[in-house]
Amino acid sequence: MASKKTININLKIWRQKNAKEKGSMETYKLDNVSTDSSFLEMLDQLNEQLVNERKEPVAFDHDCREGICGMCSLYINGRAHGPDTGITTCQLHMRMFNDGDTIYVEPWRSKAFPVIKDLVVDRSAFDRIQQAGGFVSVNTSGRTIDANATPVPKTDADKAFEAAACIGCGACVATCKNGSAMLFVGAKVSQYALLPQGRVEATERVLNMVRQMDEEGFGNCTNTGACEIECPKGISLENIARMNREYLKASLK
Amino acid sequence: MAQSALLKSSIAKKYWMALTGLFLCLFLAGHLAGNLQLIFGDALQFNQYALFMTSNPAVKLLSYLTYFSILFHAVDGILLTIQNKKARPIGYAKSNPAANSGFASRNMAVLGTLILVFIVTHMVNFWAKMHFDKKMPVYATTVEMMGQKQDLYVTTSGTYIPVTQVAKDSKEAEEIGAQLYIDHGKDFYNTQAKIKVGEGYKDLHKITFDFFKSKAKLFGAIPNEGLVFTILYVLCMGVLAFHLWHGFQSAFQSLGINNKFTPAIKTFGKLFAVIVPILFAIIPLYIHFVK
Amino acid sequence: MKLDSKIPEGPIAEKWTNHKNHLKLVAPNNRPKIDIIVVGTGLAGASAAASLGEMGYNVKAFCFQDSPRRAHSIAAQGGINAAKNYQNDGDSTYRLFYDTIKGGDYRAREANVHRLAEVSANIIDQCVAQGVPFARDYGGLLDNRSFGGTQVQRTFYAAGQTGQQLLLGAYSALSRQIGLGRVQMFNRHEMLDLVKVDGKARGIIARNLITGEIERHSAHAVIIASGGYGNVYFLSTNAMGSNVTAAWKVHKQGAFFANPCYVQIHPTCIPVHGTNQSKLTLMSESLRNSGRIWVPKKKEDAEAIRAGKLKPTQIAEEDRDYYLERRYPAFGNLVPRDVASRAAKERCDAGFGIEANDTNEGVYLDFSSEIISKGKQAAYAKGNHNPTQEEITILGKQWLEEKYGNLFTMYQKITDENPYETPMKIYPAVHYTMGGVWVDYNLQTNIPGCFVAGEANFSDHGANRLGASALMQGLADGYFVLPYTVSDYLADEIRTGKISTDLPEFAEAENRVKEQINKFLNNNGTKSVDHFHKKLGLIMWNKVGMARNEQGLKEAVAEIAALREEFHKDVYVPGSADELNPELEKALRVADFMELGQLMAMDALQRKESCGGHFREEYQDAEGETLRDDENFKFVGAWEYKGSDISQEVLHKEELKYEYIKIAARNYK
Repeated sequence: MASKKTININLKIWRQKNAKEKGSMETYKLDNVSTDSSFLEMLDQLNEQLVNERKEPVAFDHDCREGICGMCSLYINGRAHGPDTGITTCQLHMRMFNDGDTIYVEPWRSKAFPVIKDLVVDRSAFDRIQQAGGFVSVNTSGRTIDANATPVPKTDADKAFEAAACIGCGACVATCKNGSAMLFVGAKVSQYALLPQGRVEATERVLNMVRQMDEEGFGNCTNTGACEIECPKGISLENIARMNREYLKASLK
Repeated sequence: MAQSALLKSSIAKKYWMALTGLFLCLFLAGHLAGNLQLIFGDALQFNQYALFMTSNPAVKLLSYLTYFSILFHAVDGILLTIQNKKARPIGYAKSNPAANSGFASRNMAVLGTLILVFIVTHMVNFWAKMHFDKKMPVYATTVEMMGQKQDLYVTTSGTYIPVTQVAKDSKEAEEIGAQLYIDHGKDFYNTQAKIKVGEGYKDLHKITFDFFKSKAKLFGAIPNEGLVFTILYVLCMGVLAFHLWHGFQSAFQSLGINNKFTPAIKTFGKLFAVIVPILFAIIPLYIHFVK
Repeated sequence: MKLDSKIPEGPIAEKWTNHKNHLKLVAPNNRPKIDIIVVGTGLAGASAAASLGEMGYNVKAFCFQDSPRRAHSIAAQGGINAAKNYQNDGDSTYRLFYDTIKGGDYRAREANVHRLAEVSANIIDQCVAQGVPFARDYGGLLDNRSFGGTQVQRTFYAAGQTGQQLLLGAYSALSRQIGLGRVQMFNRHEMLDLVKVDGKARGIIARNLITGEIERHSAHAVIIASGGYGNVYFLSTNAMGSNVTAAWKVHKQGAFFANPCYVQIHPTCIPVHGTNQSKLTLMSESLRNSGRIWVPKKKEDAEAIRAGKLKPTQIAEEDRDYYLERRYPAFGNLVPRDVASRAAKERCDAGFGIEANDTNEGVYLDFSSEIISKGKQAAYAKGNHNPTQEEITILGKQWLEEKYGNLFTMYQKITDENPYETPMKIYPAVHYTMGGVWVDYNLQTNIPGCFVAGEANFSDHGANRLGASALMQGLADGYFVLPYTVSDYLADEIRTGKISTDLPEFAEAENRVKEQINKFLNNNGTKSVDHFHKKLGLIMWNKVGMARNEQGLKEAVAEIAALREEFHKDVYVPGSADELNPELEKALRVADFMELGQLMAMDALQRKESCGGHFREEYQDAEGETLRDDENFKFVGAWEYKGSDISQEVLHKEELKYEYIKIAARNYK
């Protein structure tokens, strides 16, 4: 592209052999990183270098590399998904950094997200929360009612979509000083609470999902708003408030 | 499930934080209105208010609710903080929280703890004296009668009793042959009949003024303790301001209120967080420096 | 061996209904006795696993990602087609059927495609019932938009994240079944072999990617829904982990692999920036509604642009070559994907490419005309009938931002160029693979009990897939086809009983897998897996890419075979077998890509015609358009594995019969 600039950087990366062993921050030097590279391409380059030096490459989660699958994580220079907003780590580019920079790369830190290896964490707690109630209990059927039989106000549908845009990456948990998962759970609860199809089970859903969330060992929301800022999809705090409302309603039933 | 959830779940804990917190905001407003009489009212008015606040049954109920709220807010807050710390057993080597959240919002527990310490000392200094201190002075006013100054106790029924006629207690009354003596820190008793003939006002006003104007040495070392108390009080109000800055609007979010009124709530909360502590802080400054 | 597609008799519109009515059933009380394995949790896999779980079968679902929700179906942007005719513009099951067959350049099975069109409407109903937040209009009803290759508005969407919303819908249904204990989920597991007992698919060997443990899983039926094989090109719009291993292992166990040479190259992706690039990012097809594609008319201008001496905005209007509008006046910038891609390649090959990368491959997608025309409209709408140039530009940019804001931001984040001010640079990239494991009408391979669904099979898109049809096929297979056809197969299995994983066939398969893993770890070569994968990608892109010819393909076959040998000799895989080892995972996948790549070249070589995504330079008309040979190549080319020498694979032909659609040349002029 236009630039063609390269930079030399120092990396401080969390290395941990497996879930049981203790880890530590290790330092690496990486030269000739194109500023057009994405952050993960920079890590690819580091791994290529490590493999060529017969050292073990750094394990990190990634898949789609276009900001939608939610698999990539990484706490970069003290921020979830690094020093840019509205993006995932795979969309972070090296032009955000300067020649000679030291970059800290750490895994998500949360009791509910134990480290598997290096920068890879286990986020299946999110799956279990979903399994506890993040669905509409409708079986597959060729005889559901016509999709247009139940009109949904556009504003509700739009808000439900905005909540449903969550990619389940866990940046909210990682960035929250309390390790709270309320933005994730709030988004799921909201998506269904806003749609008539989801309202039927709203009571059970919010109680079950919150119970599971608490069992997983996530912290509590103290409304710092950090999650909203770091969320790559800009999920709003309104969703947490909606969950709080739904939970209150459900608890009083 | 629903019942236990209302106590135990993470969200319910936040409801209670929010409800007690908001109630304490109301308390703060009331307390401030009372305290402002230290500036805008006279001593009698203030002491009358103090008596009302300690004797009116409805106010009593409110005060118990306040004690409960403070305790619950503190205990719940501590529980939440412990849980939150447990949720991240290993911290980050490098963290940049200022990039995504405000100072107050991240330090509610520390701020709250400071406030709790403040509340305890504050209650020791004023509330406990008011309730339990046997040496609590009884309010007396000075009037000029026929060119002579005379100190008079003021009774709750609006009558006056010359200070010279009243002994500190029944023993002294018998020794010096005074007609009246004071019991229960504020009641006037007839020395012979041992019956209550009237009730005075505990002089909280004087206690307060003396406190902030005291020239005594704190711990026998630091001179001018009144100035120290004033400064500490003002600092504590700063802490309170930060706590409210985040706490006020946060309570609404916790209760699920996030809608078109939220910007207004936030603005109001911030005004509240700034104005209330400033007004509180002005009082000792006024007492120490102006009076 | 003759391929039996098992297409039911009767008129096309009644085939599926009649077929369903005569399929065998498994009674509810028998279903818990039967195990089913589903590999992959994208739209097809998740929907199949959820539906079969609901029916009462014991389902085991596998995915290599950390959660079933991460499957690459999630990245689909545009939408999902369905013949609902909500817009009253003359859509019908037949029209969708016809458009899909024509879009596929008459290389798909009529019966399959008609069934797809039939169940398309049910998909929308099902998804709405699940709480998928499709876009709606102000009346609260579902909104539609139109997509390439059609003349109706039948595409349902959820902003630019339709795939995500549909996948999360299927994932929620799957999660519900996992929560209820009817589906057992194995995430971070990769299927590494299929186990056959007495000729039937009876289980898989999977590697737990965290512990490295090699696990045996048995079942009465195995469903593969592991997606496409675009990553054989190294650079593609696929996810990094997308791989062909599950499908390829099935092929090596005897399932035929059909039409591997049909690859869809998407015209609007961000061009390659350098050698460290790991993947290509798609810019939605919808941008072609507003953008005009061009390159400079003069070679010296193109050279100056590449050298950074000229900016695209400095090229005068008369010096720009809007080559799509020039060549295809009727469809202009909205020609189908394969046509647009080839045209871009033609210009760049001729030396007019504007990207300053190694290959000079890139063309402009310019929004300046749209800014002016929409800006004028907006000004008029505001009552300003005499807007200044400046006002027009501001309003026009606002219009663009409203419509494509998120895409423009994404582009800017990646390239650091502002597409409101300077044209986007785009170039085609590998996107989807129409070929896949051969299946019959029941989606069953020629291995009994082994079913393949979604992009992993070959069945519905012929030689070119239309936009917004991949999501439709994945969900149709998983929700509405497999539950019926798998049950039909399983009806004969109710007396089988639990299948033991101690059978020698399991031990044998496990040993095969362990041997391969050990070989890689002890290989002690000198080069990384990526080194070889990138090399393979280059051969594929240059010789089995957008335009192919006999000589290139012959070279490719030989080069890939040589590369494969070198790979096995010289690859270095660090780490051990009993831990999370991404390099090992990659090595196992690339080993399969090497074999597939060779087969793709062979398939492209044997198909001496041009059709859809398969363009043979020898077979084009005077204007450079695809030239089909219906007489000799109106067949599905299904390859049979014959041992590790891929060149020995045997081609089987399934003749395609067009009884309901008149076969004709595709014309977009």
